Amino acid sequence: MNARTELGTPATTESGYNFAYLDERTKRMIRRAILKAVAIPGYQVPFGSREMPLPYGWGTGGIQITASIIGADDVLKVIDQGADDTVNAVNIRRFFQRTTGVATTDRTTEATLIQTRHRIPETPLQAHQIMIYQVPIPEPLAKLEPREAETKMMHGLSEYGLMHVKLYEDIARYGHIVTTYDYPVMVDDRYLMSPSPIPKFDNPKMNMNPALQLFGAGREKRIYAVPPYTKVESLGFEDHPFEVQRWSHHCALCGAGESFLDEVITDDAGGRMFLCSDTDYCGQRRTEQKLP
Amino acid sequence: MYVAVKGGERAIANSHVLLAGARRGDLSTPELSIAQIEQQLRLAVDRVMTEGSVYDRELAALAIKQAAGDTVEAIFLLRAYRATLPRFGYTEAINTVAMRVRRRISATFKDLPGGQVLGPTYDYTQRLLDFTLAAEGAPVPEAQENASSPNKPFVSVMELLGQEGLIEPELPSAGDPPPGDWTREPPSFPASRAERLQNLARGDEGYLLAMGYSTQRGYANNHPFAGEIRFGTVELEMVPEELGFPIVIGEIELTECQMVNQFTGSKTAPPQFTRGYGLAFGHSERKAMAMSLVDRALRAEELGEAIVAPAQMQEFVLSHSDNLESSGFVQHLKLPHYVDFQSELELVRKMRAKHVSDEGQAA
Amino acid sequence: MSDHELPILKVDKLSKRYGNRLAVDDVSFDLWPGEVLAVVGESGSGKTTLLNCVSARLEPDHGQVSFRTRHEGTVNVYRLSQAARRLLSRTDWGYVHQNPVDGLRMDVSAGANVGERLMALGERHYGRIRQEAVQWLTRVEMQEDRIDESPITFSGGMRQRLQIARNLVTQPRLVFMDEPTSGLDVSVQAKLLDLLRNLTQQLHLAAIVVTHDLAVARLLAHRMLVMKDGRIVEQGLTDQLLDDPQHPYTQLLVSSVLQP
Repeated sequence: MNARTELGTPATTESGYNFAYLDERTKRMIRRAILKAVAIPGYQVPFGSREMPLPYGWGTGGIQITASIIGADDVLKVIDQGADDTVNAVNIRRFFQRTTGVATTDRTTEATLIQTRHRIPETPLQAHQIMIYQVPIPEPLAKLEPREAETKMMHGLSEYGLMHVKLYEDIARYGHIVTTYDYPVMVDDRYLMSPSPIPKFDNPKMNMNPALQLFGAGREKRIYAVPPYTKVESLGFEDHPFEVQRWSHHCALCGAGESFLDEVITDDAGGRMFLCSDTDYCGQRRTEQKLP
Repeated sequence: MYVAVKGGERAIANSHVLLAGARRGDLSTPELSIAQIEQQLRLAVDRVMTEGSVYDRELAALAIKQAAGDTVEAIFLLRAYRATLPRFGYTEAINTVAMRVRRRISATFKDLPGGQVLGPTYDYTQRLLDFTLAAEGAPVPEAQENASSPNKPFVSVMELLGQEGLIEPELPSAGDPPPGDWTREPPSFPASRAERLQNLARGDEGYLLAMGYSTQRGYANNHPFAGEIRFGTVELEMVPEELGFPIVIGEIELTECQMVNQFTGSKTAPPQFTRGYGLAFGHSERKAMAMSLVDRALRAEELGEAIVAPAQMQEFVLSHSDNLESSGFVQHLKLPHYVDFQSELELVRKMRAKHVSDEGQAA
Repeated sequence: MSDHELPILKVDKLSKRYGNRLAVDDVSFDLWPGEVLAVVGESGSGKTTLLNCVSARLEPDHGQVSFRTRHEGTVNVYRLSQAARRLLSRTDWGYVHQNPVDGLRMDVSAGANVGERLMALGERHYGRIRQEAVQWLTRVEMQEDRIDESPITFSGGMRQRLQIARNLVTQPRLVFMDEPTSGLDVSVQAKLLDLLRNLTQQLHLAAIVVTHDLAVARLLAHRMLVMKDGRIVEQGLTDQLLDDPQHPYTQLLVSSVLQP
C-alpha cells in the first residue's frame, strides 16, 4: 500500500478519471472502513459502496478495496477460481491497468496486492502482501436468517447457536457436514465470518496467515478483515471435526497431489482430467520440473 | 485444449469488437445521433435519468446509444459515471406547487381550480400501430395552446383536502433532520421515510410496478386514489455560500404523484386520508404512481397497520429494488464457478457412492 | 437461607399500557421454587401481556421483575444487559408458546430443535448433543427414533411435547406457558396435562401458566391469580379458590365453567 494518491496527483492513464477510478474522498472513506475492519477482526463494517463500472456481483467490493489502497508502486495479481486468465480476472486486471498503470503479475510471490474470487493461492502468502477477497454475501447467517436486524443482534450478542444447528442437521441427515465452500469460520474467537465462496480446502490457509486479508462486498456494502496472524477457526464438532477435501487424482500437468484440482472434460465421451486450479502454482511446478 | 477452457485477453478483445458491430447494426442504415435519441426517445431518456440518478438528457441519451437501447444497461453506465462526479452542494427543496404544469390530472375531483390538463399522454390513444410513422417525414400536427391561465401555478389537490383536515398534514420528521443519502452511506434498517423515498426513486420501474400492483390485489390493502399527478417544469435553487440567498440555477422536468389513501384512524390519530408519494425525473408517470403505492405500503408500521404483505416489508422491498444490484447479482451466475462446483461435485459423488453401498448392504 | 425460604421470582407493581388502555395495572406477586401458578381470566383480561412482561419479552411501563439466579443472587430482570437477559431466557427459563410453530424451528429435525439451546451454550460434541436429545424426547414420551424427523410431520400434541423438551434441555428452574394445551383435542390435552404435572413435580419446576381453562388450572397449579381488566381481582390456593370463590367475577367464571 503506497499513499501516493493525493488529490491532484496526475497519475491517470485513462483520461477523465482519477487514479484507480475512485475520487480521493471516496478512497479515504473506504480506507476508514478498512481500518475499522482491521481493528475488529471479522466484524462487517458498513460502507458507502459506490457504483463501479463493473456489475454488482462481479467483484465491485474487492475492486473498491483495491482501488482505495493501490499505489503506483504496487504489483497487482488478480485471480478468479485460482486462475489469472479467466475472463473476469482478465477484465478486472485490465481495469486497473487502464486506471492506474501499475505493474501486474501472475506470480503470487511477486504481488503486493492479490485480488481474488473464490480461491486462496497455493503458494503461502507473506507479511508484506494483502489479499483482497470478492464477497457476494458477507453475512454468514443470511441463509438461516435473512433479516439484517436479527443477524446484527446475533453478532452483537455472539449468539451463534443457529449456525451449529445447521451443521448438526447436516450430520444427522448425511453423516457429515455437507458445506463445501463458503464454510463459516470464527475469527479471533469472537465474530462468525463468511470466508467468501472459497472452497473449504482453502479455509486452513486463513488461520494465522502473515498477510492482511481484506473482504469487500460491494452490493451488500460491507467490508471486513482478518489482520495478519489472527486465529481463524472453521466450525465443527469435537467428534465431527472440520475436514478439507482430498482428491484421489494428481494434477495432469504438474503432478501436484496437494493442490485444489479442477475437473476438465476432455471429449464428448465424458473423458476427464484434473488440473491445478491455481495456474501460477501449476506453472511454477512445471518450470521447476522442466515440464512443458 | 487447456487454453480453450480458460478465457483470456484475446477473447475479451474479440468480444468487444463483436459488440461494437452488433450495436451499430447494418452500416447501410444511418447512425443514430444523440440528439435524435434525446428528442425522439424522450421517455426512455427520462427513465434512464430517473433510475440513473443523474439529470442530464445528453448523457442519458449517450448511455442509451451505447447500451443499444437496453435501459437497465444504460442506467448502469450512467450510475457508474455518476459515482465519479464530485458533489458541489445541495439545492433547496423543490416546490412542485409552483411547477409550470404541462399535465395535471386528478382522479378524486371532477373539476378543480386550473382544471384537468391532459397534456401529452398515451392514456387516451387507441393502441393501434400507426403505419404512417413508418413513413418518415410525415407532418406533425400543431397543438392548440391551453388558453386557460398559462404559467399560473396550479393549486395542489392535497392543499384542498388539507384545508378541511381531511388528509394528514405533510410535516417534516421530528427535529427536521437532514435526509439520509443511501448513495453515500450504507443502508441501515429500519429506514426513515426520506431514505425509503430515495431508494424507491432510484428503484427499478418494473419492480415497483409489480410491488405496487400487489397492494391493489389484496397484499396490503391501500385503497388508493390518484389525488393528483402532475408533470412539468420546476426551478432549482441553490444558496451559494458567498451570496447567502437562493438563486435559480436551472430547471428540470418532473412527474409527481400524490396518492390519497383511506385510513380509519388509530389510537393517536382521527380518521383521515393518508399520503403516498412518488416523484421521478422527466415524464415517468407509471414509475411515480407505482412508487407512491409502495411508499404508502411501507408506512404500515408508522400508521399502526399489520405488516402482512411483501410490499409492506421494508427490508424486503428496499433491498431488492435496485436494478444494478439485482441485474448484477443475477447475471454474475454467468461467471465461472468451477471451484465451488468442483467442491459440490465431489460431495455429490461421495454421497452417491455411500448411498449405493448402503443400498447394497441393505439388499 | 435455604432454597425454599425465598421466592424465585418477585413481580412488583407491574403496569403496561397500550394507548389509553391499561393492559396490566399494578400487578404484584411472588413465585416460589417448584410452585406452579395459574393466571386465569377471559381473553382481553391482560393475562398474556402480564406473562410477556414477566418473561422479559415485553418491557413494562412501570414496575420490576426480580429473579433469583443460581449463582449471581437476585437480579432485576429489566436492569440486565440485553445479552444477559437473552442468556437467562435460554438457560434458566423456558417459554412454551400456545402454538408450537412459534416455539420450534419447523425446518430442522426434532433432535436439532432439542439440541439448539445446548449448542448456543457452546456444546460442541455431536454425540453428546444427540444423547441429551434422545433422553429428553423420551422424557416427554416421544419415540426416540423420531429424532431425525422434521416437526412438520408431527401431530399437534407431538409438536407441543417437542417444544417442551426443547425448553427443558437446559434444566431451567422457571417455565412460562401460554395456553399450552388449548390448541389440542380434548384427549390429547389430558395426556399432555398429565405429562406437564409429572415433569413440574419431578424437576421441581416453578411455572407460570396462562390459561382461560379452569380445568387446566385445577390440574396443574398450586396457586391461582384471577385477572380482570388488567388487575388481579382474587388470588389463592387453587382448590380453595375454585371451591369457594369470593370475588363476584371469580364466582361468575367458576359457575360458568364448572356447572354440570
